[in-house]
Amino acid sequence: MSVNALYDYKFEPRDKVENFHGMQLLYLYWPRHLMYCSPFAFLVQPDMTFGAFIEEVLKPAVEAHPDSARARFLDAQWQLNGEPFTPDPSATLKSSGIDHKSMLTVITPELNGIAGSAS
Amino acid sequence: MAVKNKKLNLKDKYQYLTRDMSWEPTYQKKEDIYPDERFEGIKITDWSQWEDPFRLTMDAYWKYQAEKEKKLYAIFDAFAQNNGHQNISDARYVNALKLFLSGVSPLEHAAYQGYAKVGRQFSGAGARVACQMQAIDELRHSQTQQHAMSHYNKHFNGLHDAAHMHDRVWFLSVPKSFFDDARSAGPFEFLTAISFSFEYVLTNLLFVPFMSGAAYNGDMATVTFGFSAQSDEARHMTLGLEVIKFILEQHEDNVPIVQQWIDKWFWRGFRLLSLVGMMMDYMLPNKVMSWAEAWEVYYEQNGGALFKDLERYGIRPPKYQDIANDAKNHVSHQAWATFYQYGHATNFHTWMPEKEELDWLSEKYPDTFDKYYRPRFEHWAKEHAEGRRFYNNTLPQLCQVCQIPTIFTEKDDPSMLSHRQIEHEGERYHFCSDGCCDIFKNEPEKYVQAWLPVHQIYQGNCEGGDVETVVSKYYHINIGEDNFDYVGSPDQKRWLAIKGKSSEEKTESAKQDAA
Repeated sequence: MSVNALYDYKFEPRDKVENFHGMQLLYLYWPRHLMYCSPFAFLVQPDMTFGAFIEEVLKPAVEAHPDSARARFLDAQWQLNGEPFTPDPSATLKSSGIDHKSMLTVITPELNGIAGSAS
Repeated sequence: MAVKNKKLNLKDKYQYLTRDMSWEPTYQKKEDIYPDERFEGIKITDWSQWEDPFRLTMDAYWKYQAEKEKKLYAIFDAFAQNNGHQNISDARYVNALKLFLSGVSPLEHAAYQGYAKVGRQFSGAGARVACQMQAIDELRHSQTQQHAMSHYNKHFNGLHDAAHMHDRVWFLSVPKSFFDDARSAGPFEFLTAISFSFEYVLTNLLFVPFMSGAAYNGDMATVTFGFSAQSDEARHMTLGLEVIKFILEQHEDNVPIVQQWIDKWFWRGFRLLSLVGMMMDYMLPNKVMSWAEAWEVYYEQNGGALFKDLERYGIRPPKYQDIANDAKNHVSHQAWATFYQYGHATNFHTWMPEKEELDWLSEKYPDTFDKYYRPRFEHWAKEHAEGRRFYNNTLPQLCQVCQIPTIFTEKDDPSMLSHRQIEHEGERYHFCSDGCCDIFKNEPEKYVQAWLPVHQIYQGNCEGGDVETVVSKYYHINIGEDNFDYVGSPDQKRWLAIKGKSSEEKTESAKQDAA
C-alpha cells in the first residue's frame, strides 16, 4: 500500500548507507540479556573483521553484564537477519554478508541473565 | 435599525455562529476552496447532519475561559509566593514535571497547530468552528502548563529549555513524531487520530495519571491547571465521538478507512503512553494507582464499552488490542529500565526504587515483576551502592515508526524482544512490534523519512560524535545538573537543604515576630 496524498509522494530513505560517511549501521541482539534494554546500534567499518568486531565493539559494549566474562561469543549460535549464520573471525563484515542495517543475534544457551531472569 | 429581539437563546446563537455565517460559494468551486477534503477517500454526503454535541458560542466561550483563567493565575501567584514547591512529597516528583513539560506541553502546541489547520479544511461550518475552538483551547493548555511549571524552573534543574529539547532529544522524538505523523495526514485522519483515538479513547490515561499524581504529591499548581483544563477536555472528548460517528454514518465506504486509522492510532497512542506508565509506577513518590490498574479501568473497561457501541457501524476493536492489554504488566518496567540506563542523556533524573517501592511493584504486578524485572533492578541497586552506577554506553536500536528503542517483549514470551524486520525497496527497517511494522507497510513512503535520533547522531548531524557533546551542545542538557542519577544530584542536595532550612527559617521568622 502507499500514502494517500495530494501530490506524488516520494522521498529518499533518510538512513541510506551513503549518509554514514563510509561507515554502516549494525545492530546486535543478545537474547535473554535484557539488562541491555534493546539491541545495540553500532556504527562500524564494513572492512572490519568479524573477530575485531567481537573484541573491539561487542565485548566493551557488554562488559558491565555479569554474564559477559563467561560468554564465548565466537562459539555461540549466531543469526544474521533472522537466518542461521556461521561467523568467520578473519573475514570482514562486508564479505560475511553483513550489510548496512543488518541485525546479528547471538544466542548463548548456557547464559540466562541476572539470576536467570533473562535480564 | 432597532433590533426587536435582542436576546437570542443559546441554540439560536449557535446556529447563527456555525451555519449562518457560512455561505454557499458562487464564483469559486467548493473543491477549490476546500482542496484537502476529498483525497483521503472519505465521503461526506450531507454536512448539515453534523451535530456539534457541545453547543458553545464564542461569547460564552470567552466568558468561561476568562473566568477560569482568572482563578488559575490567582492560584499560580499564591503558589509562587508561598514557595509551594517546598510542600511537594519529594523532589523526585519534579522529574515527572520535567517529562511533562518537554514531552506533553509541546504536544498541546502541536495540537493547536493541527486544529487551526484542519479548522480551515472542512466544507461543513459546524466542524470548522469546533476545530477552531479546540485550537484555542490547545494553545491555552500549552501556555498555562508552562506557567504552572515555571515556578519549579526557579528551584530545580532540567526545565530550562523544553521546546528546544522537544525538537532534538532522543526520547522526545517519540511524542514529537506522533504528532507530526497526525498533522501531516489529511483532515479526517487527523481528527480520527487526535480527537477520537487520543482525546476520546486514551486521554484519561494521560490526564488522570498526571493530574492525580500532582494531587497525591502536593503539587497544587499542576492540579489547578488540571481542573482548569478539565471542562475543555470533556468538550474535546465529545467532539472525538461526534467526529467518528458522523464519518461512519455518512457513507459505508468510510468504514474500512476509519478502521485502519483506528488500528494505527490506537497502537501509536498505546506506545506513546509507555512514557506515562513509567511516570506512574516509578516517578511518583506517592503512588496513585499502578499503570496496569489504570489501563484496566480506562482502556479495558471504558474502551471495551465504546467499541461495543461502535459495533453497529461495522467497527471492531483495534487490531493488536490483546497485545496491548497483556503489555500493561510490562511496559512501565521496560520503559523505566530504558531511561535508567540512558539516564546520562535525559533532562530528568532516574533512580532505582527503594525497597518499599519494589515491594509495591511486586504486589501490583504479581505475575511479572519478581520474575522479569526485580532481579534486574536489585542488581543495578547493588552495583550503584558499590560505586558502579550502570549506564549503557552504546546507543539503542530504535523502532522506525514509534521511535522508541525496540525494548518491548513478546506476549507469549516476555524474555524475548518482539523485534520485527523487513526489507523495503532495498533498505532494511526494524520495528518494535507487529503493530508498528503494519503501520510502516501501509504507508512506507511516510516512515522511510523518519528522523531517528540514533541514526542522526551516527550521521554526524547532532553537533558531535560522542554522547557527551550531543547531550550538552545539541540537546542543551547541562551535564551533571540535569542528567544522571537522582542520588547525589544538585536537585537532591537542594531538596535536602530546603527541608533542613525550612525549620531554621521558621525559627528565625518566629524570633523576628517576637522582636
